[in-house]
Amino acid sequence: MATIVKSYEPTFWDRLYLPALAKGLAVTLKHFFRKKITIQYPDEKYVPPDGYRGLHRLNKYPDGKIRCVACEMCSAACPADCIHIIPGPSPWEDGKERFPVRFDIDLLRCIFCGFCEMACPEEAIELTEIYDFSNYTRDDLLIDKEGLLGVYELTKDTNYYSRPNAGQDSEALTSDKF
Amino acid sequence: MDFLGFVIICVKVLVVFSATMLTVLMMVYAERRVSAFMQGRLGPNRVGPQGLLQPIADGIKFLMKEDIIPAEVNKPIYLLAPAMLLIPALMTFAVIPFGSTITLFGREVPLQVADLNVGILYILALTSIGVYGLVLAGWASNSKYSLIGGLRSSAQLISYELAMGLSVVSVILLAGSLKLNVIVEDQQGYLLSWNVFKQPVAFLIFLVAVYAETNRLPFDLTEAEQELVGGYHTEYSSMKFAMFFTAEYANMVTAAALTVTLFFGGWDVPLLNETSMGALGAILSVLSFILKTAFFLFLFIWVRWTFPRFRYDQLMKLGWKVMLPLALINIFVTGGYLTLTSLR
Repeated sequence: MATIVKSYEPTFWDRLYLPALAKGLAVTLKHFFRKKITIQYPDEKYVPPDGYRGLHRLNKYPDGKIRCVACEMCSAACPADCIHIIPGPSPWEDGKERFPVRFDIDLLRCIFCGFCEMACPEEAIELTEIYDFSNYTRDDLLIDKEGLLGVYELTKDTNYYSRPNAGQDSEALTSDKF
Repeated sequence: MDFLGFVIICVKVLVVFSATMLTVLMMVYAERRVSAFMQGRLGPNRVGPQGLLQPIADGIKFLMKEDIIPAEVNKPIYLLAPAMLLIPALMTFAVIPFGSTITLFGREVPLQVADLNVGILYILALTSIGVYGLVLAGWASNSKYSLIGGLRSSAQLISYELAMGLSVVSVILLAGSLKLNVIVEDQQGYLLSWNVFKQPVAFLIFLVAVYAETNRLPFDLTEAEQELVGGYHTEYSSMKFAMFFTAEYANMVTAAALTVTLFFGGWDVPLLNETSMGALGAILSVLSFILKTAFFLFLFIWVRWTFPRFRYDQLMKLGWKVMLPLALINIFVTGGYLTLTSLR
């Protein structure tokens, strides 16, 4: 059945346009006083929510032993082939036989998909909230075992960006951690 | 004229000129900052406290930039055009009274550079000369975008100057003089004696026409960047572009000051008799003038970041079919009322 849609007939008040203009001005004035959404990046840093997939870390047990058993599940799961592990016999007598002698991640290849942390049976590799780890050379973006353990030390207790001295430390991360 | 009078005039010229230029600088900053605020951003806030020195950084940038003169331009006119726009823009402020009379060295000094008999006509004439700068810039650039921009500005000016002039006529009818000082004094007294309450229709027409005259959004058809790249100043660079920029903002300052003078009592502080209060009254009157002008300058920015640009035919339709008849009817009603009341 056909329906007749009546078009809106503007009244005299509408055709003056002045109330509409005032309404428009009121909207922009409201936005003028609204809180600004800009984050002044190097001074203030965006704090990512939980579950953000940033820089990797290698977890340790409370006694300081590395959780990783060099099973290479992560490097098998990695779609970008960026994890390179050289296994060796574990130095500790705790029933675990293997231990990563080298654990290198090529951050330039990594696509931060998080498959490695899903594949890991020991919950050893994890992605952290750190996002600003850019650097000047390609070599500096290859992170090794010490680097990954260092990231664990930086992020194990608090969110990296809500630490008390968040501003100064991030510089340190890019220059000497890698 | 004696020596002291000459010195006083020179000081007044200097003060008004530097105040206008300073306001232009502040407007460049305010434009960016206010637009940012209205869009939820922060805007320039790095150079100096709250980014207040940003216009100075901009100015240095303009001066240091390479000054390109395109190959096929008509050189003399191309070089003349920015000055033709900027000089009238800076001259118009001369007749606007920015405060009441102050007594200095035992003589009465009116706070106005030149109290011309034909103050209003002087302003209207100079703003019309200013548009030659736009048209010549558009033509001399030898570029289609510039030419269209220049032509649009002249067409727009003709359509809106009529309405603007006619809306001013009704104010002149009330004051009985073309002198801006007399128009201000006519609005003295209580708040409702301001012309905006006596002549609301004329005020609205004048306000809209002023936005068209200064080529500000929603009437910035002359530089409509989506269609014309940059309009009349497409081919200009470096300080010559900065001169167009300065002229646009200087025109805005004058337009805001003129709106205040004609419709908001000029330097009048409501419910206060400034002339009988001596120096304090003069200072209060200048402050009141600055505040009112600042509000209208804010309104310029506010409107720019609120309303979209008119289409060209809408602009012409509004100018010729709405503003002009409305202004004529307003003059008729005002004139009729004045005649009837004087007959009694």
